Amino acid sequence: MATVTGSGTLPESKRTDAWWVQPLGIAVGLLVFIAYATFRAFENDLYLTTQHLASAWSSGQVADLLSPFYSPLFVVDWKIFGKSVSPALLILIFPLSFRLTCYYFRKAYYRAFFLKPPACAVPSANKSKRWTGEMFWPMAFQNLHRFTFYFAVLFLLNHLHDVYKAFHFVDGWGMSVGTLVVILDVVLLSLYVFGCHSCRHLVGGRLDCYSCDALSRTRYGMWRKVTFLNQRHALFAWISLIWVACADLYVRSVCAGVIPDVILFKVGHGG
Amino acid sequence: MAKTITLRVFRGDANGGTTQDFRVETFPGMVVLDAIHVIQKEQDPSLACRWNCKAAKCGSCSAEVNGMPRLMCKTRVDALPTDKPIEVFPLKTFPVIKDLVTDVSWNYEVAKKIQGLTLADEGSKEPLRMQQIDVDRVQEFRKCIECFLCQNTCHILRDNERKDVFFGPRQMIRLASLEMHPLDVADRTQFLKEVAGVGACNITKCCTEVCPEHIQITDNGIIPLKERVADTYFDPVRKLLRWVGGRK
Ligand code: SF4
Ligand code: SF4
Ligand code: FES
Repeated sequence: MATVTGSGTLPESKRTDAWWVQPLGIAVGLLVFIAYATFRAFENDLYLTTQHLASAWSSGQVADLLSPFYSPLFVVDWKIFGKSVSPALLILIFPLSFRLTCYYFRKAYYRAFFLKPPACAVPSANKSKRWTGEMFWPMAFQNLHRFTFYFAVLFLLNHLHDVYKAFHFVDGWGMSVGTLVVILDVVLLSLYVFGCHSCRHLVGGRLDCYSCDALSRTRYGMWRKVTFLNQRHALFAWISLIWVACADLYVRSVCAGVIPDVILFKVGHGG
Repeated sequence: MAKTITLRVFRGDANGGTTQDFRVETFPGMVVLDAIHVIQKEQDPSLACRWNCKAAKCGSCSAEVNGMPRLMCKTRVDALPTDKPIEVFPLKTFPVIKDLVTDVSWNYEVAKKIQGLTLADEGSKEPLRMQQIDVDRVQEFRKCIECFLCQNTCHILRDNERKDVFFGPRQMIRLASLEMHPLDVADRTQFLKEVAGVGACNITKCCTEVCPEHIQITDNGIIPLKERVADTYFDPVRKLLRWVGGRK
């Protein structure tokens, strides 16, 4: 009943399932985001309703909305080849470095872009007996992820300020669809940022004994909460990434007059 | 109704080999290891395979089924496509002894280099007491059955053949269980960085993906260890604090 196939050399076994679907999907998703973010960062326009939609703003038709790509708001005076440098390019470095060194995104791009390996038990591109991973510089910079986390927290605080301003109309306080968009942005970003592995280490992961004293017990409680988010880190990494682009697109569309910022309610200055 | 499937099994040893096709009649609930046993019993008793428990607990029957590292005793035949032969190969990362049996002794050799549990008071007769909140985290690592599927899948060992710089995910889990142990007083941070090679891991999480015990090897073991190494060797702020505090 048995038949012998193959030659005398060592035959290879290859995965027969659709292992390429996930890395391909991730590569496409990330490339779309990178393309959109690059376009927007260089556009240097249509990011602030009070500025780009001045008449609608002064007649109380839009909330004070700022695109997350251009937050915090500041003016850059530099010009390169006669063109003003976009502030978004300077801002982007911080969230970009956070995501680039994020333990989840490392997995995603090492697999999807560098094919090291493209999927489990699928041969890596450029196999090398000199592989050192993240042991030495420059790749050892991945070990500094915690510093990008600290900046990410500062950015979150800044985004909270944007949310506060998004309740603001020229003639009073209220809420529009845009307010909801930026609230959701800050919520999703928080779920992503506070699920960070460096945060998990910082709040309690670095301890060996949780029961030893009251402070360690408290830190254990915090570690548990961060762990809850950490277990969903990939999910929040993606949703927050998609939503930050959606929030920017919303503000851009409002500023360009493509869609109105529908007002949900408003109370005037007098009450 | 019994269905007949084809198994394409690797036959050979360290010098090379070939594949051999076997036709096997299935039965309800059949796993790949059952099919191998049927072949041994009815067709070719010389087919070599290692197993002990058939309950996914001894970690002996690791192999590559249709190219995916798995426990043969935990892989149901009816979960695999049967229109093509089911390929059963030995672990790729370790030298073949015969057919599906590989020499995994390297894993035990590196394990010996790891400093075991070290207590502050080694001679004490007092029973060790641990609180549940301290046990929780390290208990997960104790589930390891040493199947070495993670070692086999990790591309550092599998593709890049860096057994000389990296101990592999299984040993990282062991190191994590010791480093996070509330009663252990040894510091293995330097060992982790310079000997066990935690920095070689690029967090691709394939070890986690193949672990039959569902241990979150990367998230709960390797990444926390990387963060501990970063504390000591890469974080300038912590270095400064240690210097100001007069600690090493
Ligand atoms: S996460 Fe690290 S240890 Fe696990 S398979 Fe990937 S490179 Fe190897
Ligand atoms: S960690 Fe999981 S995959 Fe690795 S040897 Fe242990 S049980 Fe097997
Ligand atoms: S036979 Fe024990 S794990 Fe498969």
